[in-house]
Formats: sequence, C-alpha cells, structure tokens
Amino acid sequence: MALLETKNLGISFGGLRAVDDFNICVENEQLYGLIGPNGAGKTTVFNLLTGVYKPTRGSFFLDGVKLNGKTPSQINQAGIARTFQNIRLFKKLSVLDNVMAGFHNDMQYSLAAGILRLPSYYKQEKVYKEKAMELLKVFDLQNEAEYLAQNLPYGKQRKLEIARALATGPKLLLLDEPAAGMNPHETEELMKTIRFVRDTFHIAILLIEHDMNLVTGICEEVTVLNFGQELAKGKTDVVLNDPKVITAYLGE
Amino acid sequence: MKKAEQSKVMWNKYKPFIWAAAAVVIYIVIMLLDGFDMLSRHQKSLLIPILVNVILAVSLNLTTGFLGELTLGHAGFMSVGAYAGCLLSLSLDIPEPFRIIICLVFGGLVAAVFGLIIGVPVLRLKGDYLAIVTLAFGEIIRSVIVNLEFTGGAAGLKGIPRSTTFTIAFLCAAITIVVIRNLVYSRQGLAIRSIRDNRIAAESIGMPVSKYKVLAFVIAAFFAGVAGVLYGQNLGHLSPSDFDYNKSIEILVIVVLGGMGSLTGSVISAIVITVLPEVLRGADDYRMLLYAVVLIVMMILNASPKAQEMKANLAARFRRRKPDGVPGGKEE
Ligand SMILES: Nc1ncnc2c1ncn2[C@@H]1O[C@H](COP(=O)(O)OP(=O)(O)O)[C@@H](O)[C@H]1O
Ligand SMILES: [Mg+2]
Repeated sequence: MALLETKNLGISFGGLRAVDDFNICVENEQLYGLIGPNGAGKTTVFNLLTGVYKPTRGSFFLDGVKLNGKTPSQINQAGIARTFQNIRLFKKLSVLDNVMAGFHNDMQYSLAAGILRLPSYYKQEKVYKEKAMELLKVFDLQNEAEYLAQNLPYGKQRKLEIARALATGPKLLLLDEPAAGMNPHETEELMKTIRFVRDTFHIAILLIEHDMNLVTGICEEVTVLNFGQELAKGKTDVVLNDPKVITAYLGE
Repeated sequence: MKKAEQSKVMWNKYKPFIWAAAAVVIYIVIMLLDGFDMLSRHQKSLLIPILVNVILAVSLNLTTGFLGELTLGHAGFMSVGAYAGCLLSLSLDIPEPFRIIICLVFGGLVAAVFGLIIGVPVLRLKGDYLAIVTLAFGEIIRSVIVNLEFTGGAAGLKGIPRSTTFTIAFLCAAITIVVIRNLVYSRQGLAIRSIRDNRIAAESIGMPVSKYKVLAFVIAAFFAGVAGVLYGQNLGHLSPSDFDYNKSIEILVIVVLGGMGSLTGSVISAIVITVLPEVLRGADDYRMLLYAVVLIVMMILNASPKAQEMKANLAARFRRRKPDGVPGGKEE
C-alpha cells in the first residue's frame, strides 16, 4: 500500500476548478516532485493535503487512513508536515523555540506540571531541547539557536521551516518551493540536505519546485500539473522529456 | 561573545531567584515603613490599587501580549469576579483570612466560567471584530448588573467586609505573576506565542489552536476576577460604573505602555499608571486624554521600523552586547 494516495481530489473556487481529478501515489521514503507553471494549482494541492482547504471532490489517504475533512492540526498529527511557499515562521520566537514548537505534541507534560514547574517539566524540556539542537545541526543552524527567527537570512529561514516540520515526526513531508530565493550553491546544499533527511528520518518527501536541476537531481518521480489538471506523471527523466510537458512550459 | 552568552545563561538560571528575593525585600520594606508609621494615609491607600492593577495588567498581557488578541472587556471579567466574590463574602460567616481566600477563588472561578462561555464563540473572531465584541461584552455585563436586584443595581453593593490586606493583595499579585510567567514559558505557553506569530503555521505543526486560545482567555479572566474581589473587599462597596469601558482601556494602556508580552513591563507600568494621576493632582480630569496619547505614541513607536531599531540599539547599549535582533538582520 502506498503511503499517500489521493482519489480524484479536487477543489473549486467559485467557478474556477483550481485542482481537478488529482491522483497521486507516494511510496514510503520516496522523493516525489510536483511541478507545473505558475498558477497550475500546486500550492492548492498542498493546502488540500494539509486541511487548509476542504476538498470539494475526492478523498486522500495516508497509510490507508482517510484524512479529508480533518483539521490541519489533526492531519499533522496523522503524519503530514509541510513548509510554506511564503515562509511562515514564528518570527518573534527564537530559532530554537521554532523547533521546540514542532515538538509540542510529543512533549506530554500537563498544564499543571508547566505552571508548578514539576519534575516532568524540567525533564522533558531538557530532553526536547537536546533533540531540537540536533535537528538544528542537521540544517547547520545550531549557532543561530538564540536568534529571533525573523533575523535569519532568507535561505536559513527556509531551512528552519523544514526543521520545524520535521520536529513533528511526519511520515510525509511537503516542501513548497524549498529552493526559492536560494543561490545555486545554497540549492546544491539543500539537495544534499533533502536526501539526508529522507535517509535519516526514513520519510517520504513530496516537493514543489521550479528549479529543474533540483527536480532532476533528487526526484525519483514527478507529476506535472497544468491548469489544475494532471498533464503527465512518471519517472522524472521520462516526464521531463515529454513533448506535452515541454510545450506547457515553453507556452508559458 | 562566549562570556556574554555564559552570563546570559547564568542570568536566566538565577533570574527567578533574584525576582523572588526582590519581591521579599519590597514586601519587608513596605511592612517596615508601615510598622514605623512612615507611610502617609494617602500613600497607604495606593498600595492595594497598585497590586490590583498589576494583576489586571499581567493577566490581560496573556491574551493581548502573548496570544496577540486585542480584547477590550477585561473590566467585564473583573466585575463578574468582584460581584461574585463580594456577594459570597456577605453570606459567609467564617474567620479571616479563610473567608477572603474562599471569596477570591470563587470570584476567580466565576469570572473564568464567563471567560469560557464568551471565549468559545468569540475567539473565532479576529482583530477588530474581537475587540468590538469584547467591548460590548463588558458593557452588557455592566448594564445587567445595573438592572439586577441582588447586585444592588445602579446604587451598587454596600457593606462588603473590607478584608483585603496588603499581604493578601501582595500574595495574589505574586501568584499571578508566577503562574502566568510559568505558563508562558512552558510548552502550552510556547503554543500560545506561536499562535500569535502565525496561526496557520501553528495549526500545521499540530497545535490545537482553539483550545489554547480559550485556555489563555479563561486564565486571564480568572485573574481579572481575583483582582475584582480584592478591589471590592478593599473599598467595601462596588458600583457598576467602576467597571465601564474606561477601566478596560486603562488596563490596556498599562499593558501597551509596559510592552506587549513583557511581564516586568506590565508590573512597572501598572505602578506608574496607578500612581501618576495621584501625584499629578488635578490631572484626573485629563486621565483619558493622557491614556489616548500614551496609546497613540506607543503604537507609533511599536509600528515604525526606525523606532524599533532605536529601541534595539538602546537595549544593546544597556546590555553592553548586541541584541538578538541586530546581527542576523545586518548580515543579509
Ligand atoms: N483561496 C483561493 N481563492 C480563490 N482562488 C484561489 C485560492 N487559492 C488558490 N486559488 C487559485 O487557484 C489557482 C492555483 O493557485 P496555486 O495553487 O497557488 O498555484 P501554484 O501552482 O503556482 O502554486 C490560481 O488560479 C489561484 O488564483
Ligand atoms: Mg505555489
């Protein structure tokens, strides 16, 4: 059974069918690309898969569990985490706290334990602070742990968002244009990091990206969206050489 | 850099103890001054109002500063607690301080229940709408109290035992500060602050956003209720007009002046705002004007990037090290 499976997923805004009959199968530990021209509906797919939008048609499943209709918070707890195209960090919190926030549901101590500073508070805060620092190290952010998130340079903000998403312990990670605004060197690093994340955390990653070097470099399979419809899908090199796909991109 | 970091870690470690020590010293000094009759009646009369405002400001800061929701009905919760606690004190015949303790808890709980009843539907609203609805809530509570028989109506509630002592008010303020501080810096408080910064992101990492919004609202209401009981049992009478929107605005001004999300700021600002009109005799007529000016100036200061930068630089000089803010921002 596939990790993520969608069945004819779709949503309309007014008359506009932003996404229609979207079908995708993402396997465990797969790196999967979602590409297409601007306005094709890629981000809308992520918003559907994370409960930000409720689908008007179709359904989707993670490990066979139906998730459409659930709230964003429930979907995250079920195992899908994401980043945002227009970065959404907790700007006024420290870099460390941004990641600690991702551990919110893993940390179990009660409200009373927090207010009364019972031993469980100290124990868990210590354990998860160490875990958060380890995650920051993966993204080479450990030296900025005490910075406010808003003061990180753009590229590092994107990395921090990934670290925060990983802290929630997902089975599937959705990355919305992770390389946007990065220079070629940073993009190269990011590719390595994404692979590293997949291999160490054993998770599947579905990513939206415009940088074709990144897509060909790491995605095993891709789906191409155009005007909310699937234009092509399959092995990356095959799909990217498909004349239909080339026209869609050139025609843009 | 290493050294600065170390001293920061040390400071954070000992900060609670330093604050606790400071509180004890302040308490002892005031008790001594009072014991040697070195406080005028007028000065003494300010002590409890200051502490009441500290509790109100620190609790409002939870919703306005840390959760980031502008609520204008804090005086409403204060009045609900005040009436509940003071009415109970009239029919409770047990020795002090047990009676006031029971009344404080009762007043707080009743206010918290109102916080829950109003919080659940209202917190679906955002920004201006929330402000307007909470403002209306405060006014509705007030007019209900005016029109009820057992609250004494517009004439107010009289003959309340005057059981609030400096010690009890001081303890209540200390408990409020400790509880809210510990809450804010726990995983639950981190969720509350995360929701303030970005609700959608908070949901995306699995935080139950509505639950924490209501939690913050209820806890803030509880302490507002406690403050109300202290207030009523200090004066010996309650009048509905004590809790009109002017009071809500006053509390908001204290919070804004002290800094959203700064507990120390709220405490200092509560002292200043309570004492200032008394020192500047005659300024009472201009109190609302003064508040308006303070609000506008603070909003401008907080909204303008130039002012922010100046503040960061000042803070840096004060701490003799670069603020969290500057290095990353400049590098870019
Ligand atoms: N909340 C919304 N209301 C109306 N239209 C929307 C909404 N969200 C997305 N759309 C529309 O859906 C289409 C796809 O947008 P999007 O998914 O952001 O594209 P992209 O592939 O560039 O990420 C666009 O035409 C956009 O205007
Ligand atoms: Mg997009």
